[in-house]
Amino acid sequence: MATGEFAAHAVHAHAAPTSWIRRYVFSLDHKVIGLQYFFLALTAVFVGMFLSLLMRIHLIWPAAALPLLGEIKPETYLTLLTMHGTIMVFFVLTTAPQGGFGNYFLPIQIGAPDMAFPVLNMLSFWVTALAFFVMMAAFFVVGGAPLHGWTGYPPLSALQSAGPGEGLGADLWVTSIALFCIGALMSALNFITTTLDMRARGMTLMRMPLTCWAWFITAILGLLAFGVLLSAGILLLLDRNAGTSFFVPLVTINGQLTGHKGGSPLLWQHLFWFFGHPEVYIAILPAMGLCSQLLSVFSRKPIFGYKAMVYAMLSIGFLGFMVWGHHMFMSGMSPYTAFAFSVMTMAIGVPSAIKTFNWLGTIWRGRIRFTSPMLFALGFVSLFISGGISGPFLAQPVLDIPLHDTYFVVGHFHLIMGVASIFGIFGATYYWFPKMFGRMMNESLARWHFFVTLIGTYAVFMPMHYLGMAGHLRRYSQLTELNYLHGLVPLQTFMTYAAFLTIAGQFIFLFNLFWSMKFGKKAADNPWEATTLEWTTATPPPHDNFGGHMPVVYNGPYEYSVPGAPRDFVMQNDPATVEAH
Amino acid sequence: MGLVLLIVIWLITFISAYFFIAKTWWLPVGASAAAAGIDHHFATTYVLMGIVFVAAQLSLGLFAWQYRERTPSTPKAYYSHGNNKLEITWTVLTLILFVGLNFMSSSIWASERFRPAVSDAVEVEVTGMQFQWYFRYPGPDGKFGATKPELQDPSGGGEAALGLDPADPASKDDVVAGTMYVPVNREIDVILRAEDVIHSFFVPAMRFKQDAVPGIAIHMHFTPITTGDYEIACSQLCGLGHYKMHGILRVVSQEEFDKWLAAREAEKQ
Repeated sequence: MATGEFAAHAVHAHAAPTSWIRRYVFSLDHKVIGLQYFFLALTAVFVGMFLSLLMRIHLIWPAAALPLLGEIKPETYLTLLTMHGTIMVFFVLTTAPQGGFGNYFLPIQIGAPDMAFPVLNMLSFWVTALAFFVMMAAFFVVGGAPLHGWTGYPPLSALQSAGPGEGLGADLWVTSIALFCIGALMSALNFITTTLDMRARGMTLMRMPLTCWAWFITAILGLLAFGVLLSAGILLLLDRNAGTSFFVPLVTINGQLTGHKGGSPLLWQHLFWFFGHPEVYIAILPAMGLCSQLLSVFSRKPIFGYKAMVYAMLSIGFLGFMVWGHHMFMSGMSPYTAFAFSVMTMAIGVPSAIKTFNWLGTIWRGRIRFTSPMLFALGFVSLFISGGISGPFLAQPVLDIPLHDTYFVVGHFHLIMGVASIFGIFGATYYWFPKMFGRMMNESLARWHFFVTLIGTYAVFMPMHYLGMAGHLRRYSQLTELNYLHGLVPLQTFMTYAAFLTIAGQFIFLFNLFWSMKFGKKAADNPWEATTLEWTTATPPPHDNFGGHMPVVYNGPYEYSVPGAPRDFVMQNDPATVEAH
Repeated sequence: MGLVLLIVIWLITFISAYFFIAKTWWLPVGASAAAAGIDHHFATTYVLMGIVFVAAQLSLGLFAWQYRERTPSTPKAYYSHGNNKLEITWTVLTLILFVGLNFMSSSIWASERFRPAVSDAVEVEVTGMQFQWYFRYPGPDGKFGATKPELQDPSGGGEAALGLDPADPASKDDVVAGTMYVPVNREIDVILRAEDVIHSFFVPAMRFKQDAVPGIAIHMHFTPITTGDYEIACSQLCGLGHYKMHGILRVVSQEEFDKWLAAREAEKQ
């Protein structure tokens, strides 16, 4: 990989742009594009969070008249949950860790001047941004945004007459997702090519930081998963607008024939979850890589079992494509396949457990520095355990009978796919902020933010498991109709107050972020005393990342507390090579 | 900071675990033949996972506190890249735990879903539509009459909502009801249908849940073992009235069931 890559670098090098538009809007620089993705996700996460606030208020005070918005109707509640889920999954959990931090730091961490295809990179961001605008537009059209849930099961999502919001709003929803898929596919190609072709001399695959491994595997998952969702989205658009019947059998809505016949609602579910389950890993893998990194840096200790971590991520990615049917145990699919999907799903718990053990092994006998990124990494591990432990319940079809589509599922995936991933994003922000903006974030505010968020999110999502065991179904906009729900209202009320606390805590983060950009303490080039290549270059990094020279790598990414070394860390590009182990 | 983190993580763990152990909120009392097996397996999974949960969280909190950086003069961290024996040990242990659990429960799943209902089971056709459940019994001839989509008229209630075809002789004695009556200790062969969108038939006390999908008829069976009224809910998002799509399953003695069915037949004549 030595000389050939230098040639590749020369081809991809592009001069720093001078005009404002080419520098900050239609930029080819992966660092600017990374920040664009980051701010898109930041906008999206506050929109998504606001929607969840409205949902929590509506559940407890259904008749409350809100300022400007008035009373929330039951169908509006369904719209809120649909848009909350869609925005959070696509425009936050997929966008921030991969598009944002991956774009910014993958090339720097592997010692490349940019991504392999800068124009494609720019294009993938702008298609994603367009997708977000289309999604937002759904709120403002006649009929409003759709109510079919983020999973969009047809026939509900395929027929305009099936409910309010299922007209133009639903068309915009599907279009937005299709656009998002196109952006994600372009981005995935770019990540894969960059990782394989653009590594600096000496940066072998097994010397890559685990963050790079995570982004690489995530990109492969994205390439295989988003293509399927894109096709499914196009078929759904055709069913909605061109009179086809891929997903719609002969049905009547309120006694009226719809003109469709012969389609299969289960086909959508297979296609959707073939994407949907790998999507869970697309959201969490970058956080796994990042937290491995943070635990090692701030325990001043090599990662425990680097190879095991890489193989665990690879097997999670591989098995992730064989478990989609566990979302469909109650769907009417053959009960025999349920058994097969269940075994695969339980098997995917094994690499997840390996990772957890290795994280504990990493901090064991370390020398822990409680910086804000480290707090979030430790919080991530706690949330990953809590969210992971409910997985083996839902993976067994027998236990899925009482638990499927209840709050137990909602609690499970929020803890692991939502909050744990978000903790990864927070950890990444606090960790890389000095490199991105040249200043440190405020540590005291960061600690407040951490503890409020950790306690708050547990208080919101842990009770959901209790609700689910008691049979409380999700996506219920009112708790008055079923008698057995009445006794659960106090728990729901508690969760709403916990949500207020958690949401309030996020404004500490927002304030800290913008305040520190302007007034934070000036950051040194390597404030955390970390070993990977982004800490060898200037802060913020120059246009070509390394100021005209290409780094050469001699060491693995996690050489901390090496016996005999002058400091407690050895940089990856330090020629004083660490003895082979 | 290490101590604060230890206290917070341990407190979260103890409080979360307390409500599971105290069973403050738990599965509703089971009333079907399958409930005991499912609940038992739930409890097994829950004890095993509970132990893992508590052990992992407590070690996380403990390590964070124990291995904190105390003073700049504290010796360096332990330099180690891992331990293959440990890796193999915990890989094998979790594999046995997870896959073993799965095999333990597979016989319950098989008895629930791999075999069809027994031949003398009580047949009930359950149809979901926005936002109502209807229950149809085949009557003395043991045959369900034909239904036609073009005849479906939800405003007409019952038979009209299902689009029952009066021209079919088999439909003459079909009984359509808004409450699901079933006899106790008999296997019930449920035939699930949906007219418009996907619904899901959920009776928490019976540990029974199955989607009703338009275009297909899904057979599923259960055996109620305690008489009484049980709530039926829709568990698949079906539109704006999803939250109010519910019904009652009334489990009665065989005599009472026969009497009820006969009375409905008489009403039809």
